[in-house]
Amino acid sequence: MLGFVPYPSLHAHLNLHHTCADYCPACLFVGFATQLHRQPSHLQTISYPNYSGLAQCLLNTGTHHLERSIVAGLNIKVQEAFSEPGCDKNLAKDEKERKKGCTKQLVPGAAAGGCAFDGAKIALQPITDVAHIVHGPISCEGNGWDNRGSKSSGPMIYRTGFTTDISENDIVYGGEKRLYRAIREVIEKYDPPAVFVYQTCITALIGDEIEAVCKAAKEKFGKPVIPVNVPGFVGSKNLGNKLAGEALLDYVIGTEEPETTTPYDINIIGEYNLAGEMWQIKPLLDHLGIRVLACISGDARYHEVASSHRAKAAMMVCSRAMINVARKMEERYGIPYFEGSFYGISDTSDSLRQLAKLLVQRGAPEDLLARTEILIRREEARAWERLNGYRKRFEGKRVLLFTGGVKSWSVVSALQEVGLEIIGTSVKKSTEEDKERVRQLVSDEAHMLDDLRPAEMYKMLKEARADIMLSGGRSQFVALKARMPWLDINQERHHAYAGYEGMVTLVQEIDKALYNPIWAQVRKPAPWESEIHPLSLEGRN
Amino acid sequence: MATVSVSKKACSVNPLKMSQPIGGTLAFLGLANCMPILHGTQGCTAFGLVLFVRHFREAIPLQTTAMNEVTTIMGGMDNVEQALVNIYKRAKPEIIGLCTTGLTETRGEDIHGDLKLIRKRNPELANLPIVFVNTPDFKDAFQDGWSKTVTRIIEELVTKATETIPGQVNLLPGSHLTAADIEEIVEMIAAFGLTAVVLPDLSGSLDGHIPEQFSPTTIGGTTVDEIRGMGGSLATIAIGQQMERAALELEMRTGISYTVFDRLTGLDANDRFLMHLSGLSGKPVPLKYRRQRSQLVDAMLDSHFFCGGKKVAIGAEPDLLWALGSLLAEMGCEISAAVTTTQSPLLEKMPCDEVLIGDLEDLELRAKGCDLLVTHSHGRQASERLGIPLFRAGLPCFDRLGANHKLSVGYRGTRDLIFQVGNVFLEHTHEGTPDSWPLPDIAMNNSSVRGELVEP
Ligand code: SF4
Repeated sequence: MLGFVPYPSLHAHLNLHHTCADYCPACLFVGFATQLHRQPSHLQTISYPNYSGLAQCLLNTGTHHLERSIVAGLNIKVQEAFSEPGCDKNLAKDEKERKKGCTKQLVPGAAAGGCAFDGAKIALQPITDVAHIVHGPISCEGNGWDNRGSKSSGPMIYRTGFTTDISENDIVYGGEKRLYRAIREVIEKYDPPAVFVYQTCITALIGDEIEAVCKAAKEKFGKPVIPVNVPGFVGSKNLGNKLAGEALLDYVIGTEEPETTTPYDINIIGEYNLAGEMWQIKPLLDHLGIRVLACISGDARYHEVASSHRAKAAMMVCSRAMINVARKMEERYGIPYFEGSFYGISDTSDSLRQLAKLLVQRGAPEDLLARTEILIRREEARAWERLNGYRKRFEGKRVLLFTGGVKSWSVVSALQEVGLEIIGTSVKKSTEEDKERVRQLVSDEAHMLDDLRPAEMYKMLKEARADIMLSGGRSQFVALKARMPWLDINQERHHAYAGYEGMVTLVQEIDKALYNPIWAQVRKPAPWESEIHPLSLEGRN
Repeated sequence: MATVSVSKKACSVNPLKMSQPIGGTLAFLGLANCMPILHGTQGCTAFGLVLFVRHFREAIPLQTTAMNEVTTIMGGMDNVEQALVNIYKRAKPEIIGLCTTGLTETRGEDIHGDLKLIRKRNPELANLPIVFVNTPDFKDAFQDGWSKTVTRIIEELVTKATETIPGQVNLLPGSHLTAADIEEIVEMIAAFGLTAVVLPDLSGSLDGHIPEQFSPTTIGGTTVDEIRGMGGSLATIAIGQQMERAALELEMRTGISYTVFDRLTGLDANDRFLMHLSGLSGKPVPLKYRRQRSQLVDAMLDSHFFCGGKKVAIGAEPDLLWALGSLLAEMGCEISAAVTTTQSPLLEKMPCDEVLIGDLEDLELRAKGCDLLVTHSHGRQASERLGIPLFRAGLPCFDRLGANHKLSVGYRGTRDLIFQVGNVFLEHTHEGTPDSWPLPDIAMNNSSVRGELVEP
């Protein structure tokens, strides 16, 4: 523990000299901390917290001071992200509801999930040729660097973990100088085309102004230095995705020009090239002559993102992640977009069609439409040829599906196409529209599960009500400990499941999991035990 | 003897270090029916969780007080209270461990006082053991968090016993030991007719067994009763220098004297350990270990050809660095680079010139021209760039299976470790080609040399 209790006490002290109105709730971080840095003498003078003084201030102060502080600036961004008009969830809400935003109040002791910083990093780290510096204590980067499946076709610097790893001293005197020096060190040693700087909770709390540091560094070193002011505590991963998008809109997109443009230039937004999924799609686009000007942000280069405003059309891949980027690019640069998915056969075809249609509307030669149809027919046939063999093997097999970012209906329909029965699917992260589509797809007995506690999940599996679970890594061991097949379909997955090729891979993987010979063995009780697994007798009777 | 220096860089590149709060959390994960909580924002918990899940390939019970910017400023007591109440309701743990994070430490909270109040307000929590530890992540490293936590558990739960429990010894393993290591040490102790109470016991909770029932808390490990009974042991054995503070705390509370073994990897180290056990129990060293010892000696003989003179770069937390570095030096390797995460009295004793508290970039720079890189899975990038084989050691190990079943203590563990390392050297032996032994350029081109030959 530090030897002093800086914030409330400092506040109480300042109270004697200033009116509270100088420090609005949002600038508590900044107001105090800036004072703290600049007048370290305050540190010695006070040593007792004064909660009531602080609470009073929180009540007294008005919002008209909001714009004074960076965190306040951030609050406005957060509000903006919440009131995203492109988000159908939001459109369904009334004005007041919308203001409250999408974040549910987290329940202490019963919460799971990453922070907004995590989300911002997920969204931007796939830009492969820039240095991503995390300004904060070792926790934020040290515990989790280089652990994502975003693949690069070239530069590897995005996988380098850069962090200021702040110390106690930085907490007391401020971490801005360390951050500035860190940026210099990185530019001198690695010379990336740009540097992204991520804010985290503590450095936000002590009031480090990363915008100011980035600005100074940019001027000094003559390189884009982009502040990503998304400290973890502002909200969920999803919010972090959106705010990362805002950073791109504010500091990157439209700052450079492409060498050439073609009538076939598109952006793909919200695709992170996990396990190399972009590379399952790109050959299709290449075949049609469609050029991905920028993928935001999977396997992207800084220059591509910076010049992405010259695209003719855009596709929004994961509906909730970066809708703000797609919408604002339409607003600012007139780039029309649609929401699509590359999961499942029919969705992949739909997406290709829509892309072609948008491009033709924007002036691309009309033959693109026909060429697209030919490609779709050929590729669908090629995929089905390989998939049909599985129908028999999948007959009567029941799937429990827990997806995160991937739109569940899209995968649901794809799995049903090959004859699997979906007995439950989570709709926790789905939009209303998604839910409606799932409703139409799954049978009556199917459950749409908002949230399933691990214990219930385990029970469902143990009682063999499902034959396989598809989910993210966290619930992996719930399935495995119930001795049931499991397949990773989230971020850390090792296989790519996009497009026609991806669907074939997915089905192959499900088949491998279902029919692995270990299941019979691991379910058999030890000879000295009597407990019998519900499935261990299968085949014997 | 090494000089210990600290990296002066403003930017840590490719961190070797992991944070203190999750080190503390891992210690709590070695207690039975426990639910650890990180007192901070939910993101910190998520990162820790993912890290452990990927390393252990097990479900990890870990919760958060879910702080946000407002609760941080206003104080986190309400969140702590809600977390405790919710967890008690849902998971019915036998013990709860609470590690603070940088965020809550920056503000500074009186958790001790808060807990008193919380217990008073929630009678159901009155008798539930709740251990909190101050583990700010802007200070120290993973192994510090672990050892502080064990110390705090002892402070909270262990009292002086009126009667000693015959044959019981306390075993305090450091964070660098795996489930397999702990099992091996417990077995060695048992071979002398002694029973070990292990605190914390990852070999009970994260050894990958399949429980009968689903449990929201840890599925094995040291029970609260066992911890309470530690006061009745006849001696304490601490493995790893980091555990001295916990052993000392235990001695101060109970009068049980302790012995620290800074490592159990290596011939000498195990000789001393077994003699110590023999002294404690009054029994001779069992035959089994006499045989294992001679197997180890043989392994050393067989392997030294391949280890001698090899240059090794190691990046690990101090206790692991000491164990591996010492063994490799004993096998004739040259420790060309040693990078670690935090201070320890062992660092200056390392058999190399310099030990740097730094990151994997520092290690990579120093590893040029080495024959082997020894560090955790994050060394994979450096290994690839340098073209030097990587021997994975320490946490996290996310790109290999069975990390927690790797054995490197005891005669047997040392023997296996020597074979594994020797095999890496064997596999990467440089074999000669026609161009391997060129004469120096000067001899061919330098006219003065030729001139010398002609002139008398
Ligand atoms: S919650 Fe805050 S401190 Fe924790 S990892 Fe996220 S940004 Fe870092």
